[in-house]
Amino acid sequence: MQIYLPIAEMSVNIFLILGLGGGVGFLSGLFGVGGGFLITPLLIFYGIPPAVSVATAANQIVASSVSGVFAHWRRGNVDLRMGLVLLAGGIVGSTIGVWVFAWLRSLGQIDLVISLCYVIFLGIIGGMMLIEASRAIFRTRRRGGQIRRTKKHQHSYVHGLPFKMRFYRSGLYISALLPLMIGFFVGLLTALMGVGGGFVMVPAMIYLLGMPTSVVIGTSLFQIIFVTANVTFLQAVQTQTVDVALAILLLIGGVIGAQFGARFGSNLKAEHLRALLGLLVMSVCLKLLFDLVITPTELYSIAPGNL
Amino acid sequence: MQRPVAIMNRMFTALAILAVLGVTTTKRAHADALIVDLSNHLVAITTGFTGTDVLLFGAVQSEGDVIVTVKGPDQDMVVRRKERKVGIWVNSESATFRNVPAYYTSASNRPMEIIANMQLYSDYRIGLEHQRFVTEIDDKDRNSSHYRDALLRNMRAAGLFNKRPAKISFLSNQLFRTDIHFPANTPTGTYTINVYLIRDGKIASVKTTPLVVSKTGVSAAVYDFAHRYSALYGIIAVIIAIIAGWIASVAFRKR
Repeated sequence: MQIYLPIAEMSVNIFLILGLGGGVGFLSGLFGVGGGFLITPLLIFYGIPPAVSVATAANQIVASSVSGVFAHWRRGNVDLRMGLVLLAGGIVGSTIGVWVFAWLRSLGQIDLVISLCYVIFLGIIGGMMLIEASRAIFRTRRRGGQIRRTKKHQHSYVHGLPFKMRFYRSGLYISALLPLMIGFFVGLLTALMGVGGGFVMVPAMIYLLGMPTSVVIGTSLFQIIFVTANVTFLQAVQTQTVDVALAILLLIGGVIGAQFGARFGSNLKAEHLRALLGLLVMSVCLKLLFDLVITPTELYSIAPGNL
Repeated sequence: MQRPVAIMNRMFTALAILAVLGVTTTKRAHADALIVDLSNHLVAITTGFTGTDVLLFGAVQSEGDVIVTVKGPDQDMVVRRKERKVGIWVNSESATFRNVPAYYTSASNRPMEIIANMQLYSDYRIGLEHQRFVTEIDDKDRNSSHYRDALLRNMRAAGLFNKRPAKISFLSNQLFRTDIHFPANTPTGTYTINVYLIRDGKIASVKTTPLVVSKTGVSAAVYDFAHRYSALYGIIAVIIAIIAGWIASVAFRKR
């Protein structure tokens, strides 16, 4: 069954889009990731214009983050103060990001920048996941599951920065500049790539800020809601590329898929899950890279000139 | 969506009327009379739109060749050329074409080159190759014909320009018909359909009829709203997402 998307201005197969949302939802339930970094490239592979894919994915991530944050909020796993500082950076970053997005679009370079951002970030994240997971698998085989311990309070250059703030939930007393900068950077990525940015935010919170892992996911989800909402709003105003119909279809598929994914995931070992996710991320990255490098069959592209 | 049977029925009724009209007009008008109509003057892009065919039918008084051109609204198009830079393909030089029809197809009952000579088509701008675009180019290495060819190629690949003229079939010496195909990505706007009756290499008669392609129903309302009240649209999109996320968290809450 075909459905005409009002903003993308094209007709798509409704079951394919539901399936796409469901598949990514399944994976996000399985691996505990947002899935924005898979949704956007898959929509582009399907033929949805990249600009519409990015803006609509941001809209869909608002919903998936809202559905995820409640459980963390009830358990008190959201560091509200840290979340607000990250958010302040995120709002500035995403606002600049949307502006850069519109500018690149007028130059005809947005598709390239989206692809390049994906290749770089998916390559780094996927590569690191694969290395880390294969080490973990190797180690558990040899020593029967020993977990590496990390020091809780490591003093580094971070502690020399001014504007120190106390974050009670995280048990941290650090400069507000670092979370502001992280929020800013992730906000930029949200606007340019249509991702929540959890895959950058979560490692940054753990390794750069030294936050306890228990509050990391909840706090990250909390600020992702507002940053993606900001991106959705600004893209709607500036580029009119948010397709609500497409977002709703992805959402329905995603919600159902995530439930199955979460159940299926509990049967697998954590390091095996990470290795699988790493492989998946790397294959999306390689596909995008391949498309950039291979000589295209059509060297010329057309676009309406009044952009 | 209209069923083919319904269209056929309507077509034959209309043709019968036309034939009668044709006979009556002979007596008072000259022999170049040309009557044309469409099965539908409105192509409605609804939520279920996957492309459609519009039937063009008509009658001619005396023998001659018929050419039909369908031209969509004009727009500006940018054509960009990719170049390999540091191993990857990047958009580099570009050209802008003004007044490019968003859709263009033609149809004829015999090959166009047999019906008349190129000069006639060029004078009346009949056919894709005789469309003139205002071109602005900023590429020192390539001339504009590369870009023009690329524009036509891309539009053809998108199904918005036809590759070769479609077939007009004559049902008798006087009645003719052809299907005009509008793909799923048909741009909206007012289209102009010209029907030329050509005899002895000269245009004997021309009929022009408009066709409107517009979005209707939910998709039209959404598109219109998104462009006219974009801020409100953005806010609503966010609110829908928040509500949907909340419903999902309640529905699948772990107890």
